[in-house]
Amino acid sequence: MSGAVHTAPGATRRLPRIPRAALPQIIALVAILAIDRAVSPGFFDIRMSGGRLFGSVIDVLNHGAPVAMLSLGMVLVIATGGIDLSVGAVMAISGAVAATLAGEPLAITIGAALLIGLVCGIWNGILVAFLRIQPIVATLILMVAGRGVAQLITGGRILTFSAPGLSWFGGGSVLGVPAAVVVTAGAIVVTGLLVRGTALGLMVEATGGNARASRLAGIETRGMTVAVYAWSGVCAAVAGILAAADILGADANNAGLYLELDAILAVVIGGTSLLGGRFSIGLAVVGALIIQSMNTGILLSGLPAEFNLVVKAVVVLAVLLAQAPRLRRVFARSAAPPKATEPAPARQQGAQP
Amino acid sequence: MGIRSVMLPAAIAATLCAGGVARAEGLTVGFSQIGSESGWRAAETTVTRQEAKKNGDTVKIADAQQKQENQIKAIRSFIAQGVDGIFLAPVVATGWTQVLTEAKDAKIPVILLDRDIDPADKALYLTAVTSDSVHEGQVAGDWLVKAVGSKPCNVVEIEGTVGASVAANRKKGFDDAVAKDPNIKIIRSETGDFTRSQGKQVMESFIKSVGGKNICAVYAHNDDMMIGAIQAMKEAGLKPGQDILTVSVDSVPDMFKAMMAHEANATVELTPDMAGPAFQALNAYKKSGTVPPKWIETKSTLHTSQDSDLQQIYDEKKNLGY
Repeated sequence: MSGAVHTAPGATRRLPRIPRAALPQIIALVAILAIDRAVSPGFFDIRMSGGRLFGSVIDVLNHGAPVAMLSLGMVLVIATGGIDLSVGAVMAISGAVAATLAGEPLAITIGAALLIGLVCGIWNGILVAFLRIQPIVATLILMVAGRGVAQLITGGRILTFSAPGLSWFGGGSVLGVPAAVVVTAGAIVVTGLLVRGTALGLMVEATGGNARASRLAGIETRGMTVAVYAWSGVCAAVAGILAAADILGADANNAGLYLELDAILAVVIGGTSLLGGRFSIGLAVVGALIIQSMNTGILLSGLPAEFNLVVKAVVVLAVLLAQAPRLRRVFARSAAPPKATEPAPARQQGAQP
Repeated sequence: MGIRSVMLPAAIAATLCAGGVARAEGLTVGFSQIGSESGWRAAETTVTRQEAKKNGDTVKIADAQQKQENQIKAIRSFIAQGVDGIFLAPVVATGWTQVLTEAKDAKIPVILLDRDIDPADKALYLTAVTSDSVHEGQVAGDWLVKAVGSKPCNVVEIEGTVGASVAANRKKGFDDAVAKDPNIKIIRSETGDFTRSQGKQVMESFIKSVGGKNICAVYAHNDDMMIGAIQAMKEAGLKPGQDILTVSVDSVPDMFKAMMAHEANATVELTPDMAGPAFQALNAYKKSGTVPPKWIETKSTLHTSQDSDLQQIYDEKKNLGY
């Protein structure tokens, strides 16, 4: 209580719009973008090419779209205290389904791909909510088996397609903005409105915070759990469609491989606790952007390939350390002039009631 | 009970032996395949079947699903069946001594396909049929040296997965070949993990960081990454195959499509036909006792967009399972 009282005025005085909890992520993103600009002077240059915006920043958004989509589903699953390891494999399945049906009308192609994602998600949800299998194990099943299913659909080869409808998701654009970015932005808005515009978000957090208490308070926690896994499956299916459309082919062996880990990382960088109980969609998306700006920056820098993973590890460590409660307290103490401000909030606090 | 427990294995052994004896004229070969993780491997399996059929031999294929223990099990079962020879595409380089000794004791020759192993005793296998990935890189480099002539040329390289021996070898072969020509400079090199989407992303960053106009040629360690790179060039308004030369390794069917569309220039073939030379060596060994050399190198054929047989090769490769 007292914490909330004395941080609020400080935050409004220094940075009016950005909530204090989001600072490490925003600073990290800005810092990484600044480094990208330093290693590649043309980083922020944007021009039109073939009716589409063209530039490194657009690449960051375009290639960040699949992980942003995954993190959109993942953040809700993690908010319930669960985890979804199967999203990479679901991407491969939905991409394979979409590529197989690429010749059909677009509604059928996309509808079937989304439906398979939904089915995968519901399967995970039932395992977790009704059969009470631990989420990491329950979704591991589909993570392993799902890629096999995708390989069966494609026959182990890369299924290429040239249907204009499905290809639009990779090469198309709306007012110059790549289609993948538009689709992802739309999904972020829809998800945001669904969970924060209604009480759904609170119910998700309540389920993750204390499932029994929530059930006693009248929340259908099992239904909530199935719903978040189902949503995660649908988001993964969208990511799978984007990934397949990007290369005009479904690569069952590699599509979405290890992206579940990137998605979890994005959510964690976004400050959502793996223990569940609270979440931030916006910050998870910022997390996905941080990961992609880092990947794009490494590619632009011309650093030998052997260094990629080390650089990534150092950056991720720095971002996570910046969020660690202990270190933040240390920073907060050394950043503020110790004697001048510390008594001040105490006085405010005393004056307010 | 005592009798029955002895009788049952004996009966099984007898049936298996009968199966082995009742073979036709051709040889019966057991092939322990790694799995079907890539299109190339699926093609290798298909070609092995075709080669066996062509020679009038029989091949039994066991898919190990990327697990060494499955391969060891498969080899033991081949030994029990009394096959004439065993083909092994080893998933890892070590841990084969025990099971290969069992095969040797049973006097069944083992031929390694596609990958080498690291045994204490080279006598444990008859021969290894593999490609030389350093040579593949060299063939690609030599083509580029010839193609650019005396013009200066900035090359960007899309590498395979960091740490994969194939990637390191294909890099070495290419680098050595172009090092002879002072006009050619490798200006950027990044990993594309052997996948289309990473190849595309890496090429996009090359185009942005050094400018599409400053790139004269792309070398990719496999065709899939090159297909992604070709897409990136097209999206950036460049003409791959004309503005920017392309050369890569593998010769997957889609690369022939790209070459027919004049969007790619050259590809070095990693042949899926490892079994052909293996069958030949095995037949010669069985019939006349000819011991083959310890290493049979497959050919690294160069295909370019100038070739007239692209459509024909594409049609042949299309159905191999790539």
